[in-house]
Amino acid sequence: MKLKKEASAGTMDSCDINIRLDNNLMSNTNEIHLKSVVEKQYGEHIKNLISQVIDKYELEGVVVNAVDRGALDCTIKARVESAIQRGLDQEHTLEWSVVHHE
Amino acid sequence: MSRLRRTMLYVPGSNPGMLADAVIYGADSIMFDLEDAISLREKDTARMLVYRALQTVDFGTTELVCRINGLDTPFGEKDIEAVVAGGIHVVRLPKTETADDIHQVEALIAKAEAKYGRVVGSTRMMAAIESALGIMNAYEIAHASERLIGIALGAEDYVTNLKTKRSPGGIELLYARSQLLNAARSAGIAALDTVYSDMDNMEGFADEVSLIKQLGFDGKSVINPRQIPVVHRLFKPTDQEIAHAKDVVKAIEEAEAKGLGVISLKGKMIDKPIVERALRIIDLSKASE
Repeated sequence: MKLKKEASAGTMDSCDINIRLDNNLMSNTNEIHLKSVVEKQYGEHIKNLISQVIDKYELEGVVVNAVDRGALDCTIKARVESAIQRGLDQEHTLEWSVVHHE
Repeated sequence: MSRLRRTMLYVPGSNPGMLADAVIYGADSIMFDLEDAISLREKDTARMLVYRALQTVDFGTTELVCRINGLDTPFGEKDIEAVVAGGIHVVRLPKTETADDIHQVEALIAKAEAKYGRVVGSTRMMAAIESALGIMNAYEIAHASERLIGIALGAEDYVTNLKTKRSPGGIELLYARSQLLNAARSAGIAALDTVYSDMDNMEGFADEVSLIKQLGFDGKSVINPRQIPVVHRLFKPTDQEIAHAKDVVKAIEEAEAKGLGVISLKGKMIDKPIVERALRIIDLSKASE
């Protein structure tokens, strides 16, 4: 599945993460670009979390630009999921059981 | 010990740092706000943040409340589904005006409980009353559902509706507070007072807390963690009150052991209201330890 439009969620505030999603115009591969204040220790972990949420929605060819300011895992998941829902134009219509299903 | 609701801390659902830290301040209840504190364009993201926080963060034994958007908005129904799925303890309905408002939210909560495997009836409700119509219907609202744990006054909208504004003494709120309190007590549920918005005026805040305590309120909504210890200190019973309450409880236990119907303490008859007050003082004293 492809995004319908570019989308973002989250802020640059402390304890938050800003997620920006675009379609990858060059290929169907997903790319994650992360800047984080804790990148050395948690960079791979954060990328894995982002990747898991993208896989849940079976998205392809997504470019993720993430700027992390020390967000908890639950915040990272929430921000990625909100950005995806916005990118799919479903932020107010999505069936919540899709979110709830892990 | 019955649950105390001296303080209910407002936390904007859009702020991940505050969501995660809210529990450390020791409020009796935390209220995640999806309504007025959230801009229209962030309703979806705040709902998602609160849902994920509910599923992940350890809030200990703190009571978790969520103020949803009204059902007259495009967000209210989705808010209910999300927070019930996430495991909220109490859904707080804003701007409640009639018993039917409660019934509509209750039906949606029951539907979400069944859908997400929660025990039907386990999610409790609170109603905030913020208009003259709501105050006039406070009795019907307070009795509208077995799920209700309390009703609360939302003063900012209420005074606007009255065509006045808030004053330091709060004379404009006297009728609403008294009506709401009596409605709550008639239904056997909690009465929660409104927020005090002037964070720099701690003296004025303390005066207001003393007033609502004397009126009989269970507690107050707070918007800054600095306000929590002030409420808890003012609601803390004095040593003399605690000693008397312990004497009352001891006298009841002794009378019951002897099979006596009438209880006396230091020559004074102890009846049911005195016992109830003593038990509440002991609850408050334990919570303040």
